[in-house]
Amino acid sequence: MLELSLRKHLHTAEGNVTLNLEFEVETGQFLTLFGRSGVGKTTCLRCIAGLTEPDHGRIVVGGEVWFDRNRRINVPPQKRGVGFVFQDYALFPNLSVRENLHIALADPKDEHYVDELLNLMGIKELERRLPATLSGGQQQRVALARALARRPRLLLLDEPLSALDGETRLRLQNEILGIHRHLHMTTLMVSHDLGEVYRLSNQVIVIEGGQAVVRGRPAEVFSNRRISGKFQFTGEVLAIDRNDVVFTLSILIGNRVVQVIATAQEMQDIQVGDTVMLVSKAFNPIVMKVDRNPGRTSRPSS
Amino acid sequence: MAYDWQPLILTLKLATVTTAILILIGVPLGYWLAFGRFRLKAVVETLVAMPLVLPPSVLGFYLLLAFSPKNAFGRFLDDTLGLRLVFSFEGLVVASVLFSMPFMVHPVQSGFQNLPRSLMEAAYTLGLSKWQTLIRILLPNIKPSLLAGVVISFAHTIGEFGVVLMMGGSIPGVTKVASIAIYDEVESLNYSAANFYAFILFAVSFSILLAVFFFNKRALRPL
Repeated sequence: MLELSLRKHLHTAEGNVTLNLEFEVETGQFLTLFGRSGVGKTTCLRCIAGLTEPDHGRIVVGGEVWFDRNRRINVPPQKRGVGFVFQDYALFPNLSVRENLHIALADPKDEHYVDELLNLMGIKELERRLPATLSGGQQQRVALARALARRPRLLLLDEPLSALDGETRLRLQNEILGIHRHLHMTTLMVSHDLGEVYRLSNQVIVIEGGQAVVRGRPAEVFSNRRISGKFQFTGEVLAIDRNDVVFTLSILIGNRVVQVIATAQEMQDIQVGDTVMLVSKAFNPIVMKVDRNPGRTSRPSS
Repeated sequence: MAYDWQPLILTLKLATVTTAILILIGVPLGYWLAFGRFRLKAVVETLVAMPLVLPPSVLGFYLLLAFSPKNAFGRFLDDTLGLRLVFSFEGLVVASVLFSMPFMVHPVQSGFQNLPRSLMEAAYTLGLSKWQTLIRILLPNIKPSLLAGVVISFAHTIGEFGVVLMMGGSIPGVTKVASIAIYDEVESLNYSAANFYAFILFAVSFSILLAVFFFNKRALRPL
């Protein structure tokens, strides 16, 4: 469906990087470009959308050439038929939610498609509101609905959920997943959130230093890279208490204080303020569901 | 004692026509300077900003020379278009447009530049042409800057003196605007008439700016 090969010189905060990518995406696939920020993931999406011109390469979608350096083809973004969801949503501040969607319609008489999208995203009751009056999650839904309003052939999501808090993010992940199943739209997402990649995509390309280093299903790609049978945390030592022969360490991990026992041998060169790593075999951990509506049942204490 | 209202009416007419023309010129020029990438951009920006620092008499002097029917350009305008720009109202309009240009172009340009780039890009990916994007997305979102440009250009044209004097002289009903009438009246020691014009100009300028600050506190921020 999408064949891409592109080369582009980038000036990033970490110096010059040459983005050099070559991949194909099949119809209906949900592919994520994964990697640290500043490796060219967003640039790749922008090249596909026609917002940035690659130095070299070729982009073909559904047999239609959108960009070909050698043949001097560069289809303008208006004619490419992509739905692009920007990191900052880029909703038009002067237009209501409904107008934001309506302006994107290929056929202005297609009102009921606007209604369908508003209902699909659960934002029908917000249709007369201006973007500035919406919460982050609501804006995100509008941005997604608007990107779909043009009936694009390709949906491009640039870190779509990075500005949202954990819970909203999870809910929207489900909605994106639902929409993808509903519309079977070929989707490319850029993300550096492992959980997001895992939940949403059926293919992932890991990009490092402008190059694709590995591609596959998320479970395959990450199984020997980041996921192990061990729990592993790093934290800061807050306090050291001595009880007879052992020490009690208070360690700050994330925003939580954990107390562990350490032997004198382990404590030899550890002081308050040091950064330490806690490793434990996750042989038979207790797994408990955490209720997302606090108040109904108490959370298991750690 | 009856005062002559003609210079005041002429001033308002000049300011209105000038501002209208400046909207038509300033918006495309501001857009071009904000988004365009071309080699001589710095030169164009400098030329637009020149009236800010140039003595009005310098601009007036060169315009007078350029538009004089004794010189090639002025003769060309006279012969082909029948347009004589020296000592005429049309000439005042041309001079005022040039002289007030930065006051329209700068707010509009910075308004465009301060919009998130993604608004324009989102519009393009949604299939809107450049023209549709300008009319439906960009301009409505820089309304405060546009308003600032319009108000300041209008007020600045009311306050013009040097350029108008050089280009138009003081022909009653044609080029004798209020600011020149004040000068004339003072020259002939007619202080009460001078005060009449001066006070009205003061009051008009004050009211316009007050209304803008009152209704739209954000409007003048781009300056």
